[in-house]
Amino acid sequence: MSSNVIERVLPEKRALINRPRPSDIAFRAILNVMSYSSLLILAAIGGFLAFRGFGAFKDNGFGFITHAEWSSLVGDDGKEISTFGLGAMITGTLIISTIALFIGVPISVLTALFLTFYAPERLKRTLVTVVDLMASFPSILYGIWGFIVLSPMATYWAKLVYKFLGWIPFLSVPTPAFDRSPFLAGIVLSIMIIPIVTSVSREIFAQTPLERMQAAYALGATRWGMIRAVALPFGASGVVGGAMLGLGRALGETVAVYSVLNIVFKINWHILYGYGGNIASMIVQKFGEASFTEKKALLAAGFVLFVMTLLVNMVANTVVSRAVKSGK
Amino acid sequence: MTTANVIANTPVAPRKPWKATKADYIPLFVIFVLAAVLDIIVVAVTPMKGKLAYALLFFIFASGFQMALKWYKLGKRAAIDSLAGSVAITGAIIAFTPVASLLATAIVKGVKGLYPGFFYHDMSVANYQSPLNQGGVIQAIVGTLYLIFLSTAISLPLSVLTALYLTEIRGKASGFIQFLVQAMSGIPSVVAGIFIYSALLLTTSLRGSTIMAALALAILMIPTVTRTAQEVLLLVPRELREAGLALGATQWKTVATIVVPAARNGLITAVILGVARIAGETAPLLFTLGVSNKINWNPFSGGQSALPYYVWSGLGDGTELGIDRAWSGILVLLMLVLSLFVVARIFGTRKVKIK
Repeated sequence: MSSNVIERVLPEKRALINRPRPSDIAFRAILNVMSYSSLLILAAIGGFLAFRGFGAFKDNGFGFITHAEWSSLVGDDGKEISTFGLGAMITGTLIISTIALFIGVPISVLTALFLTFYAPERLKRTLVTVVDLMASFPSILYGIWGFIVLSPMATYWAKLVYKFLGWIPFLSVPTPAFDRSPFLAGIVLSIMIIPIVTSVSREIFAQTPLERMQAAYALGATRWGMIRAVALPFGASGVVGGAMLGLGRALGETVAVYSVLNIVFKINWHILYGYGGNIASMIVQKFGEASFTEKKALLAAGFVLFVMTLLVNMVANTVVSRAVKSGK
Repeated sequence: MTTANVIANTPVAPRKPWKATKADYIPLFVIFVLAAVLDIIVVAVTPMKGKLAYALLFFIFASGFQMALKWYKLGKRAAIDSLAGSVAITGAIIAFTPVASLLATAIVKGVKGLYPGFFYHDMSVANYQSPLNQGGVIQAIVGTLYLIFLSTAISLPLSVLTALYLTEIRGKASGFIQFLVQAMSGIPSVVAGIFIYSALLLTTSLRGSTIMAALALAILMIPTVTRTAQEVLLLVPRELREAGLALGATQWKTVATIVVPAARNGLITAVILGVARIAGETAPLLFTLGVSNKINWNPFSGGQSALPYYVWSGLGDGTELGIDRAWSGILVLLMLVLSLFVVARIFGTRKVKIK
């Protein structure tokens, strides 16, 4: 009788199943499909902008990239006569972004070095929060601040630079007009890219192997000697990647640049002179009153901007992720 | 008890001979005072004028004196080290000065236009040139909240499912998807705006509305939420997943009842960071939002307002009163973003990084 009791307690032997349950099949299928949403979105953006802008590419040919003129007039016969060229805007965008990198990257690297190797622990934690905070400020805040607060100062600085370095070709001006110049826009952008470049550089510097740092100190290096011999070579690729992420942001910034830059469709190499170009801001500026044809050309301009930023960001992300991986 | 034991058991305060004592700070203090005095004298005597001259000369004097002192006491290499330290600190000061200036200006200029009615009046009773005690931003606040809610509703499922794919399935396409998500985070906001315009508004009879703007903002929100959610999900210990599977749960059950609840706070942080990313975006709204100067409760038709758009219009108005209004608007927007940021910090189970 006792054996019967035991038999009742033991559960019935279940069959082993090693094929996936329906719930898992559904779960994995949904995730597999959803994960391609980013591809779908990117493809849709590129596809739609290229499709709508195709007319502008076809009418203007290669000149769409190289010519500086942008005009759309309705002729006497009611037909639209239009020439669309992004030359001035593309060079303007590149000039402003270069200025931003030129000013922003050294400051960011110094800040990252200060945060990693010099700042006391508590100050460091606070300042890292401030850097993150800076990244989340709305871009229109930078725009209105640049327009109201920074613009008079930057004009003054531009005059100083012109006074002492005016003999350098690109720092000269045809007439003394320093307002709303690429220089000002570049300064605003440099402030906007400081958070991202700083945080990427700081992350790389923080991974500097302790043994190497201690080895440098043990050999009698000063703190600067250690930074130059160990930290900078170790973090160089990360800094380059961070700078490129900053470049990606600078290329696509719209509202802040629009607020401080005088947009004129003419290539301007004099960075202190009061006009310049920027693709993103130009789209905003022209969109309101654009005709149907011009709107399509603006969408084509958006496509050019999309491709530019996408390429820069892809390269930057590859560089950064390589740098982070090699650090481990 | 042996002597060795006594020594081992007596707590000894660790000595830190490398730490600076008060006496070490005296020369530093003297140097700063000396540099400041010299600074003022030189600016007064020579034709150099302005804040820039003060800052530059102070830097030269202060770091120069420190270098000289170090050179005298410890030699050339110590002097170079001291110079590098001064340069790094100066770089950090230059980087953080704009933050202080931005916040101070926003508060000082923004407070001028704030009055209680600013938070419950709309702009149908006033325009940008009206006195500052008329009209307000309630329509913009409602619009911004609508935008936040809708773009979160659109982007959250996509982002979390993508993050789950990257952490739970780790399929063949993981590397590629990761790459795409990173590439997506670099899309300029203006491109998101004109994309929605070109896809949905250009050739159709649809007009700008809240949902259109929310779609554009969702594009910008997805990469931020995905990347943060992924980092958080990776922090869930492997043992938890293994325990779930060992108890006979399916993968779906494990994820739904163990992994996601374990990462809940982090996922909330991810959403808040995404919201903070889009709350202040202006450029996409210019193409997709339409216009409204009073509250529009219907998100699917009719124009809408939003805080960044209010600021943009005030700035575009160009008059003194318009710009004052813009500052008040930006102050409200900034308070919203900062409070989101603080909430994200409180929920954050890890250090939040914005990449």
